[in-house]
Amino acid sequence: MSKTNESHPSLIRGLRALTIRELKKWLKDPIMLLMFVLQPLIWMGLLGKAMNINAMFSPSSLGNLEIPNIQIPGSLLDPPVSGVVVIPGSLVAQQLRQMFSEMGANVMQKTFGVTDYFSYMSVGMISMIVMTTTMFSGMSIVWDRRLGFLGKVISTPVSRAAIIFSKVLNATLRAMFQATIILALAYILGLQVSSTFTLLNVLGVYAAIFLLGVGLSSVFLAFSIRSTRMERPMQFVSLVTMPLMFASNTLFPISLMPEWIQAIARVNPLTYLTDALRQLTILPSDASAIIIDFTYLGIFAAVLATIGLVLSWRYLTK
Amino acid sequence: MSEDVIVAEGLTKVFNKNLVAVDHVSFSVRHGEIFGFLGPNGAGKTTTINMLITVLKPTDGKASVLGYDVVKQANEVRKVIGVVPQEYTADEDLTGYENVMLCADLYGIPREIAEKRAIELLNLVELTDFKDKKVETYSGGMRRRLELACGLINRPKVLFLDEPTLGLDVQTRSATWDYIRRLKNEYGMTLLMTTHYLEEADELCDRIAIIDRGKIIVTGTPRELKDSLGGDIITISIKENSDVGDIIRGIENVKEVINENGAYRIKVESGEVTAPLIIEALRKKGYNVTRLSLTEPTLNEVYLEHTGRAMRDTEESREAFRAQRMTLRRARAR
Repeated sequence: MSKTNESHPSLIRGLRALTIRELKKWLKDPIMLLMFVLQPLIWMGLLGKAMNINAMFSPSSLGNLEIPNIQIPGSLLDPPVSGVVVIPGSLVAQQLRQMFSEMGANVMQKTFGVTDYFSYMSVGMISMIVMTTTMFSGMSIVWDRRLGFLGKVISTPVSRAAIIFSKVLNATLRAMFQATIILALAYILGLQVSSTFTLLNVLGVYAAIFLLGVGLSSVFLAFSIRSTRMERPMQFVSLVTMPLMFASNTLFPISLMPEWIQAIARVNPLTYLTDALRQLTILPSDASAIIIDFTYLGIFAAVLATIGLVLSWRYLTK
Repeated sequence: MSEDVIVAEGLTKVFNKNLVAVDHVSFSVRHGEIFGFLGPNGAGKTTTINMLITVLKPTDGKASVLGYDVVKQANEVRKVIGVVPQEYTADEDLTGYENVMLCADLYGIPREIAEKRAIELLNLVELTDFKDKKVETYSGGMRRRLELACGLINRPKVLFLDEPTLGLDVQTRSATWDYIRRLKNEYGMTLLMTTHYLEEADELCDRIAIIDRGKIIVTGTPRELKDSLGGDIITISIKENSDVGDIIRGIENVKEVINENGAYRIKVESGEVTAPLIIEALRKKGYNVTRLSLTEPTLNEVYLEHTGRAMRDTEESREAFRAQRMTLRRARAR
């Protein structure tokens, strides 16, 4: 028994083991996995196609244009002609329909940056799924505490940081997995990528999702770290979901929102993720916008991960 | 080889600024012994253990395990101890083998060594046949054994067992006792365990500390504790329906008589000699003894002597209560 101690706990080893544990739990449950795949599918299928803003600007939404024939006295024309000139109403209606269609495309372009709302929306959907998925990291730590698993882990010499980061990493990886499904599905359903899109941009997409995932899951973990009840993190999630989602450019451009919502949206990290994703996929990439987005997301992730880490050191051991 | 492996001095834990769970507890555990904390629910046993295994920070006082301070050198302590918690902490979605390997990873034990040892330990706790089954299919006894295997993965020099047989049936309990004894005898481990089962403490522990309301009331070997009560207990019943307490009290060597629903519990010195005297004395007065039993004091007596007979409504933490309930539920799940 007097053997020298061979325990060499390391952050990497512990982090790897705990993350693999989480992923195994997830992959081993086929129903969970199925729901996980279904969720983005349903979101895309329903939300992505349900809000058909494009259709609003299609000529058919003008309905039956009953325009009477227009009679113009010839003397008003330049040069004046004699008699009365009659312009058939059907011709006017046809012109209007065509103009409406062009105007609609213009409005869409000015509002959303692209002419089809589906592309705009489906990228926003990625942000939404990243948000909802990372939120559950908080619940899983409460659950681990309740089941005693957390108690055992903290009685081992594994790095405290590994405990927290395994949760963060796990939530982020899940989010990236779901984002992949959304993106692929959106492409099949008609997402139009911009001309500047390359495969390299996909890496950028993952990097942005990773940063927001790390930041958001750290927030939810930090909030749940001392909690022994599920209700608290659940309540917290439902409290912040709506503001995060709607006070951002996820579904609608913020420039058309009232000032005070814009103010919220400007600090909302979801806005920056969504913008980064759009810049990288459907918009002609604007380098300066991308740099701003990534800087914000990077700072967000770094600050919150640090807070999560500090709290874990303080509060894992009571 | 009798150096102290665990030393606690004035160890105190106060929750929420006013709930004193452990109140200036001092004790030491010697090398190679099984030391037991015995006490009612909410006495502070688990809280004390949790401070020793570095899961809780003491409010006051200090403690060391193998010379390492539990606060300042917490990580050193964690490396050399093994913990078998009261709850079933294994991950239900993983197999037994995966759980043991997860523990090995947390301790940072080199892979090759860990793989070999995991097989060895699962064999020791007789789970080899189930090692690739998910833990959610395990019975309470199997889960407890798996916890034991996990707690031993780092070849600890000191093992902490918190209520190791909570919720187990009699067969599984005695099998668990066998494992615990083997750890002490074959591996020379020092063990600290908590229990509220008296026979368990009597059966397993070399020394016992009775703990109640956060304080250690008495410490000693089971024999010493029983002897400290002084004497044996004779229980008799008589045919006639009258109080013979005073007659018995008049007999030599009788220390105390308690009438419990018509049966008399008589505390005496050297019961073998006194029992015939009691029968004779009663017969002389015309009473017929219908039943007599002679018992040496059990830990039960010792325990009730020190902790009192009154039922407890101790303020226990919600968390502790819930954890115990969950353990019991899962132990009974199969």
